[in-house]
Amino acid sequence: MSETAIQLESVRKDFGDFTALSEVSFEISDNEFFTLLGPSGCGKTTLLRLIAGFLNTTGGTIRLFGEEIEALPPNKRPINTVFQNYALFPHMTVRDNIGFGLSMLGWSRSDVATRVDEMVSMVKLDQFAERRPSQLSGGQQQRVALARAMAPKPKVLLLDEPLSALDLKLRQEMRLELKRLQNETGITFIFVTHDQEEALSMSDRIAVMSAGKVQQIGSAVDIYEFPENRFVAGFIGETNLIEAEVIDASADALTCQLVNGAVLTARSLHEITKGQKGWVSIRPERMTLSKTKPKGNSLSGTLTGATYLGTDNQYAVGLTDDLSLNVRHQNRTSVGAAMTTGEPVHISIADNAARFLVD
Amino acid sequence: MAANIGTGRAVSSTFAPLRIWLLLPGWLSIGFFLLIPVLLMLVYSFLTKEFRGGVIWEPTLAAYDQFFFDRGLFGDDPRRIEWKYISIFWRSIWQAGGATLLCLIIGFPTAFFIATRPDRTKVIWLLLVTVPYWVNLLIRTVSMKFLIRDNGPMNDFLQYIGLINEPLQLINTNIAVQIGLFYSYLPFMVLPIFAAVERYNFTLSEAASDLYADKWTILRRIVIPVVSPGIFAGCILVFVPSLGAFLAPDLLGGAKSFMIGSLIEEQFKGNIGNWPFGAASSMILLSLVLVALFFYARAQSQGERA
Ligand SMILES: Nc1ncnc2c1ncn2[C@@H]1O[C@H](COP(=O)(O)OP(=O)(O)OP(=O)(O)O)[C@@H](O)[C@H]1O
Ligand SMILES: [Mg+2]
Repeated sequence: MSETAIQLESVRKDFGDFTALSEVSFEISDNEFFTLLGPSGCGKTTLLRLIAGFLNTTGGTIRLFGEEIEALPPNKRPINTVFQNYALFPHMTVRDNIGFGLSMLGWSRSDVATRVDEMVSMVKLDQFAERRPSQLSGGQQQRVALARAMAPKPKVLLLDEPLSALDLKLRQEMRLELKRLQNETGITFIFVTHDQEEALSMSDRIAVMSAGKVQQIGSAVDIYEFPENRFVAGFIGETNLIEAEVIDASADALTCQLVNGAVLTARSLHEITKGQKGWVSIRPERMTLSKTKPKGNSLSGTLTGATYLGTDNQYAVGLTDDLSLNVRHQNRTSVGAAMTTGEPVHISIADNAARFLVD
Repeated sequence: MAANIGTGRAVSSTFAPLRIWLLLPGWLSIGFFLLIPVLLMLVYSFLTKEFRGGVIWEPTLAAYDQFFFDRGLFGDDPRRIEWKYISIFWRSIWQAGGATLLCLIIGFPTAFFIATRPDRTKVIWLLLVTVPYWVNLLIRTVSMKFLIRDNGPMNDFLQYIGLINEPLQLINTNIAVQIGLFYSYLPFMVLPIFAAVERYNFTLSEAASDLYADKWTILRRIVIPVVSPGIFAGCILVFVPSLGAFLAPDLLGGAKSFMIGSLIEEQFKGNIGNWPFGAASSMILLSLVLVALFFYARAQSQGERA
């Protein structure tokens, strides 16, 4: 395990009597690509601004490589930011923008020039170096912002939804580009997004946030396959949530009775005792329809609808009148093709796919 | 800038057939109220003066000759450069420059302060800045004279708090004129700078501070260059009318601080005046202003192209 770059300890931020962040604690290790993911208004930007120093914490501590940085103004923190709207200096050329931080650090003219050349070619802007920001496309401006923030070799780079202003194709290109730059430079990235695909595809670890609190931290797989609670399960991808009660708890499996009376086996991240009430979460693509009752974990109901989605087929299965599940099959499997709505069907649930969530 | 040009094009293509008619009132009023009077003055400046004011329709360069050359009392000495009027012009430029600088030093922070207030209070501050301008300029300048005279409230106050022992001799000095001009034209500095600062994106300051710049460097390297069009506009709006002002120099400066405005005013007042000479002085002033504006415009457009 490498060194800890950023450590947050029960960080809290109030705006007047509104609490924007509370009990935020986590550690980010050096060279990590760490993502803050959450819906609009959950406090992602606020958290970045606390780390960058544009805001002061109301409580808790932030450490950078073990040292408290609360008292340092932004210009004394070896942390740089890529702003959401880029915030390029309109009166300076691309070169001057990229070199600004370096000259502020007191680098000599020739050192600045060398480093700027290096950055300009790293982000592939060689032909545009003498232009003003207003003469660049959105994607090019984005690269300038990136180069400008990376030029002073910060210990940590903060990126606030840097790709959100780009179109889909450019966004996908820039994802790879960002990943490459992070690998090449070894700078710790803290990346903010509300796009789950972006988060899943780029990050080493993801912190899922909601309403000013961190809900879960883990790798893409952890967060998708083993969600901590209903919010995480619902925010990342799609899921089916069914109210349930644990009627038997053994070491590695829980027997749950669903609201409709059906019984199935689920697992949980936590120690659960018999009688616990909660929800069972099952991803649509981890279930398969069949006409005959399958072995293992399964449910049965009536096919109430089928939707063609191109890559997938989606089916709605009614368990009772007011409880319905979504099931997805990839388009290449022909299972379900022969089924018609109104027919009774069985649902087979993949191993480990049913998760028991307490809240 | 670019955005404005863009909109202009869109409008012109949509309204192309109507364009001439839509612009006609504008052109007519500019022509009638601006160009014709200036042309009239241009013509007058080349005419012969009549002794009780007014002109005789006989073309001559006498007015310009009188401005630049001294030919002795009877006009038959060898020609020498006449420094009297040139030095009045020079003093005017200097005074107007001082007033502009004063306006800038006070106006920039004021504009910055107002632009960074919450929306609700902004309007109130702006209104406060313009409040003195609801009072006639003459009255304001006279009040300023009372305020800063040797035994006026300002000197009394400064003596009372012990900052000075002797009253400051401000009245009838160049400083008094500059203070008067500053007071007359401050809003012309504040308003354009306010507009520029209000458009300024403060994330730029954050970005600069993120890139290790301290507060003063941010002001010098980022804020001022970005709002500079507003600063230039303010400077021009203060400098140009200051150059031709006559109330403040007359009332506050006394005889030593005679300025272009007073010189020109005198030529058209009563029946001791000399209209062609007044017109010629105006034309020389106008040429100076145009040359200055030309260089300014060229510097601006080069800055934009670079
Ligand atoms: N200066 C402020 N004063 C008062 N409330 C604020 C301030 N800044 C942010 N907030 C509030 O704090 C909450 C979190 O804001 P923040 O900008 O961090 O959200 P976010 O997660 O970045 O959202 P988005 O994805 O829309 O950018 C919001 O409810 C916002 O209204
Ligand atoms: Mg945000």
